Amino acid sequence: MSFASEFRNRARVVASNLRHRQIIRTALGNYETARDRRKATYQDWQGARQLAAETKWEAINHLDHYLLDFSTRLEARGTKVHWASNASQAREIILAIVQEKQARSVIKSKAMTAEEIHLNEALEKAGLKVVESDLGELIVQLRRETPYHIVFPSMHLTREEISALFEKELGSAPTLDPEELTMIARRVLRGKYLTADIGITGGNFAVAETGMVSITENEGNARLTAALPKTMITLLGIEKIIPRLDDLALFLPMLATMGAGQALTGYNTLYGGPRQPGELDGPEEWHVVLLDNHRTELLADGEQRDALHCIRCGACLNVCPIFRNVGGHTYGTTYSGPIGSVITPHLRGLQDWKHLSGASSLCGACTETCPVKIDLHHHLLQNRRNAAQERPDNLEEAAFGVFGWLTRRPAAWKTVRFILQKIQPLTRQFQKKPWHPAKPWTQTRDLPVIPSESFRDWWKNRPKTSKHD
Amino acid sequence: MTEKGQILNRIRLALKTNAPRPGHPAPAQVKNPGGSHHPPSPGEPRNWLPKVGESVEEHRTLFARNAAELKADFHWLDSLEDARKLLNDMASREVWQKVATHAGECTSPLCSTLPCKVLTLSPGYDRNELESCNAGISECDFLVAQTGTVALTNQSAGGRALSVLPPHHIVLARKHQLLADLPAAFAGLRQKYGDNFPTMISLITGPSRTGDIERILVLGAHGPKKLTILAF
Ligand code: SF4
Repeated sequence: MSFASEFRNRARVVASNLRHRQIIRTALGNYETARDRRKATYQDWQGARQLAAETKWEAINHLDHYLLDFSTRLEARGTKVHWASNASQAREIILAIVQEKQARSVIKSKAMTAEEIHLNEALEKAGLKVVESDLGELIVQLRRETPYHIVFPSMHLTREEISALFEKELGSAPTLDPEELTMIARRVLRGKYLTADIGITGGNFAVAETGMVSITENEGNARLTAALPKTMITLLGIEKIIPRLDDLALFLPMLATMGAGQALTGYNTLYGGPRQPGELDGPEEWHVVLLDNHRTELLADGEQRDALHCIRCGACLNVCPIFRNVGGHTYGTTYSGPIGSVITPHLRGLQDWKHLSGASSLCGACTETCPVKIDLHHHLLQNRRNAAQERPDNLEEAAFGVFGWLTRRPAAWKTVRFILQKIQPLTRQFQKKPWHPAKPWTQTRDLPVIPSESFRDWWKNRPKTSKHD
Repeated sequence: MTEKGQILNRIRLALKTNAPRPGHPAPAQVKNPGGSHHPPSPGEPRNWLPKVGESVEEHRTLFARNAAELKADFHWLDSLEDARKLLNDMASREVWQKVATHAGECTSPLCSTLPCKVLTLSPGYDRNELESCNAGISECDFLVAQTGTVALTNQSAGGRALSVLPPHHIVLARKHQLLADLPAAFAGLRQKYGDNFPTMISLITGPSRTGDIERILVLGAHGPKKLTILAF
């Protein structure tokens, strides 16, 4: 089955699931209240967006320069920087480190790039025990699912489901108290932290000026991942670059505001190297893996380059009517929602993933909310255009050709109209049949009846009244 | 060619096409920043970020309000002796058996009089012992009024784990360490460390938290359940 039909099938099921709708609506309703309250504290939110967009533009449009700066500064303090052109190279680099250390267990803090390269599967295949430490990630890992949302991985689950899951997988007593559930995870993971050989993290920003990786989190799990294991590995997309340390004074609060309606996320931590002489603790070795994986192809598209400005706040998912109705898993991609629909065709092939750009009402809510002003809904249109140019749909072109021909010939138009009007009552009984050519439209909607009198005729025959009536 | 060279080449090739600058309709000419390695930011974040006020009093009130919202305990005290009294009371109230700390200007005098065992971290400390402590007591670099944040480094606050492994983190700060906003905090860090930043700088905003179960706030997900800040 093609990705498009899988998407359609899943979407149909989820969109009619009222319970799913209820859960998502409650979660995102709370998010919206918190976000708006927080946004209102800014002196000028639009000014902040403009500055954030310009700063990311500067970073991405001088990416070679800033990446070199970043890696040179990291290396100067003993960090090993690796470069990976694609997912399999990144996996090999990480596996080689893990094998060299003869590691048995890995503790991970949340990293969408690790999802992107399917790192867990690769590590497990090599015989390692991988534990996700972010609570939401742990929950979806235990369910053998992918994250539902880039910021809220387990937002589609209720406490009942999580309790049952913990009972089955961790052997804990059932409870419906979110606090107790959280404490169960805390206890289980504490032990893992103290014994894990390797800690793997993602990163939110790579600061070129000072050679630091900034990690944003609420739970403190990334802090522990970067403190306890002897070896630390950080996997970063090359687009995470920002030029200056001080840029964080803007990006960190904006990410917190749009991500979860917070003034600042619980922990924003900058790492500049492995443990240095004289420091009390920290990993002996730090490896930073810089991942391209088709990002340079997106970079080459001047029109959509700004999609690399994304700071993965998840705000566009939260406001998207499609995401809210079909849910995160329906996309079948690492990055879902509007940003996922824009970039997945670049990362995984336009023809296979163009349907995501079609699944949009083009309402523009994503573009309006994006803190770095990515022109998301226009990029969806551009993906549609590029897909059609690359592989024209002959049937569609022919249909429009005929339509165009008819509209320019009133007599022909009139005849066709007359015939259609006569045969329409006969075809109505077939419109719900699975073989109906216009099925996607006719199955859930009624085609309006063609009226016996056309607008032209009505206009000609209307009762003439005086001009000023 | 190395992978690094190939990636950089692909980037350079890609950047031959220009991309429109946000808010500027025509594609801008990309100039390499070249000479000045890090051109100044195109704007001043302070103009857009939430307002903070001018006076220390305003900053103190704002920090206190943020701390309360974050469920952190904040105490603005008159002297080191007041801090000592408060710490000792806390020790008996919470029945501390053992706390962890690091050698420091404030930590050393205050922890020496605590009515419980004190583990002062030194290189090669036992992490299991640290894990078993009731609280971690550390100093910090700055307090940030704008967001209710504690800024600390592994140099100022006893390494990477002390402020996040024990269930209660207590921060000791001098009043002059309270700053207005994040831009001031970054400027302060620069001034303090110059080019030689410690390998960890952490901005801590409230106790550890999660909302991963039905978006309901729970404190103490992995890090400390309690955060207490004493300024004197
Ligand atoms: S595209 Fe914009 S709104 Fe969507 S996740 Fe990225 S930064 Fe956030």
